[in-house]
Amino acid sequence: MLRVEDLKVQQGDFTLQASFDVARGRQVAVIGPSGAGKSTLLGAIGGFVPVQAGRIFVEDRDVTDATPDQRGIAMLFQDGNLFPHLTLAQNVGLGLRPALRLTAEEQARVSASLARVGLQGFEDRRPGDISGGQQSRAALARVLLQDRPVLLLDEPFAALGPALRSEMLDLTRDVACEAQATVLMITHAPDDARRVADDLLFVDAGQVHTPRPVSEMMADPPAGLRAYLGD
Amino acid sequence: MARGAQPISRWPGIVAAVLIVAAVLAAFVAIFWRAEAGTGLRAAEWQAIRFTLWQAFFSALISVVLAVPVARALARRRLPGHTLLITLLGAPFILPVIVAVMGLLTIFGRNGWLNAVLGALGLPEVSIYGAHGVVLAHVFFNMPLATRLILQGWQAVPAERFRLVGQLGLPPRVVFRTVEWPILRQVVPGAFALIFVLCLTSFAVALTLGGGPRATTIELAIYQAFRFDFDLNRAAVLSLLQLCVAGSAALVALWVLPPLAVQGGQDRPLQRWDGKGALIRSADMLWIGAGAMFLLSPLLSVLLSGLIGLGQLPLSVWAAAWTSLWIAVLSTFMLLILALPLTAWLALSKRGGGEGITMLGLAASPLMIGTGWFILIYPFADPQALALPITAIVNALMALPFAVRILLPPLRQAVTDHGRLSAALGLRGLAMWRIVLVPRIRRPLGFAAGLTAALSVGDLGVIALFADPDVATLPLQMYRLMGSYRTDAAAGAALVLLALALAVFWLCDAWGRRDVAG
Repeated sequence: MLRVEDLKVQQGDFTLQASFDVARGRQVAVIGPSGAGKSTLLGAIGGFVPVQAGRIFVEDRDVTDATPDQRGIAMLFQDGNLFPHLTLAQNVGLGLRPALRLTAEEQARVSASLARVGLQGFEDRRPGDISGGQQSRAALARVLLQDRPVLLLDEPFAALGPALRSEMLDLTRDVACEAQATVLMITHAPDDARRVADDLLFVDAGQVHTPRPVSEMMADPPAGLRAYLGD
Repeated sequence: MARGAQPISRWPGIVAAVLIVAAVLAAFVAIFWRAEAGTGLRAAEWQAIRFTLWQAFFSALISVVLAVPVARALARRRLPGHTLLITLLGAPFILPVIVAVMGLLTIFGRNGWLNAVLGALGLPEVSIYGAHGVVLAHVFFNMPLATRLILQGWQAVPAERFRLVGQLGLPPRVVFRTVEWPILRQVVPGAFALIFVLCLTSFAVALTLGGGPRATTIELAIYQAFRFDFDLNRAAVLSLLQLCVAGSAALVALWVLPPLAVQGGQDRPLQRWDGKGALIRSADMLWIGAGAMFLLSPLLSVLLSGLIGLGQLPLSVWAAAWTSLWIAVLSTFMLLILALPLTAWLALSKRGGGEGITMLGLAASPLMIGTGWFILIYPFADPQALALPITAIVNALMALPFAVRILLPPLRQAVTDHGRLSAALGLRGLAMWRIVLVPRIRRPLGFAAGLTAALSVGDLGVIALFADPDVATLPLQMYRLMGSYRTDAAAGAALVLLALALAVFWLCDAWGRRDVAG
């Protein structure tokens, strides 16, 4: 489904190496200390960070050299997931086609998608007029329409409070399940990982460990993870 | 970023840059080929060089020297109409040169207001024609510009520093040395250099107020060689001179030029605790009052005499106004298709050296480019038939350095802020411009387009070189009316021209300001 083969990313002194496989529909929490390379890993898979060696496959298609939009991957960043000058309908509509001339049927899909994330009737609002949680919902509505087999989350909900973050993670999980998408999400909170993830992918000092089921990892954490979790 | 992840391509910008260089280079080669070897510089040419440098130096010097106290007074006083005055300081930049000359003539001319006052007091009359008139007009145009630039520098001083000054009760001399002098040292050389370069290629002012052996700029000499003697060889030699003089100055200026902000004078209230003395306060008032008088009275006189002349406008004025409007539309369009890709290319590249390309238009003077293109077209077609398109192209080239300077910072910001998301969504090419970039730079874009349109409407340059009696832009038509002593009609035309320039600027600027959330 998502396969990373002998990936190598070099950034100055820092080297990231990864080789792993995630099955379709699995939800993977990416966890590890700051500076370990979590964002670099997602950036490389998403096509934003140049890769020195290795291949990336999405649904058995080699996407290593594809542009970010041609990889079958949707990605949410820490911030800047919406264009501030566009309405929510336009922002979400960009997920359907990047030229923004939508048919009536497509507009109906945009509205339905907004309604799915609890933003019914918010079509004409702009990101500046709504709360941070609502902005996250709108970004998710776009991901829903993009309908990509892989979803990468680079801590898009980090700025939200704990309750709101849990709510958004649940919503993301539901949305991803419906679309049968494979999810890689960076998180700093082990509780979040327990709550929504199937597998845990531990990144430590540029080394990416093979993902394993969360309960298994938590029950018997490897040395690096134990140090990170602090128990 | 991975290969192809950049949301906008560099190629259109590189093509635009090549086109610009080619347009200037073609003119240059044509002139070089035409200027026969062994044609030495005669006394007249030396005199033109000397006068060009002399008037540019004094115009810049006087503008800056007068601007410093006015800017200082504006920075520490709040008078009624403060905001309006600062907005008006931007007016000379879009004011058609010939309109300003008309206003200056009404005040300082032979039958002007000043001479009326002097005559009543039994003092000898002054003449505006000649070298000092050229400098006076340049100061009128550039003193407000310098004031705004210096005011910007002043307003960049952290308020805490003035609070500290007030708390310590420092005397004015110490305030000057510790707070004001460092600012001036930063801003003044840039303002001086900018004005110096702008005045080097001055044509319309020299044409109307200068002339004669003692007040002819190189630019005016090109025109005279071309228009009066049809001496292409001499025009070519002069063009080369102009390129050497203005080109080297522009290159030097590029490194000291201050950034041009969209809102020239931000109107941030600045609380000051120093300069409370009655003497300083009245001196400030005097400077603001004198500055405002100098700026406003010619404008006011254009308004008054224009209203009188409005009834006597010949039909030719309206036809010329229509022509000018078309040239402005064409120039603005040309500017946009050159400036947007070019700026995008500059925004993507790490080093800013490419901006030098835009200065080519400024260094190679309008009349030099016009002369070159005339030489190129002459063997094949009637250059007069192409007068209007060439004028539009040259106008766009002249506005280019300003437009790029205005657009580059916001465009760079837009690419930084939204490039990643755009790449993730597959936005690129025209869709990227339409959906992301243009909305993000809408305000500065409207401002730059407005500047170009206004400059183009008011331009009296290449068109004077090419035009036959049947074709005229409004500034040229107005110049002809002035030349045939139809003063009232010329005054009416000045008002129409002023209104047209302000209208096109306002239209573009208002488009840019139309509220875009975020």
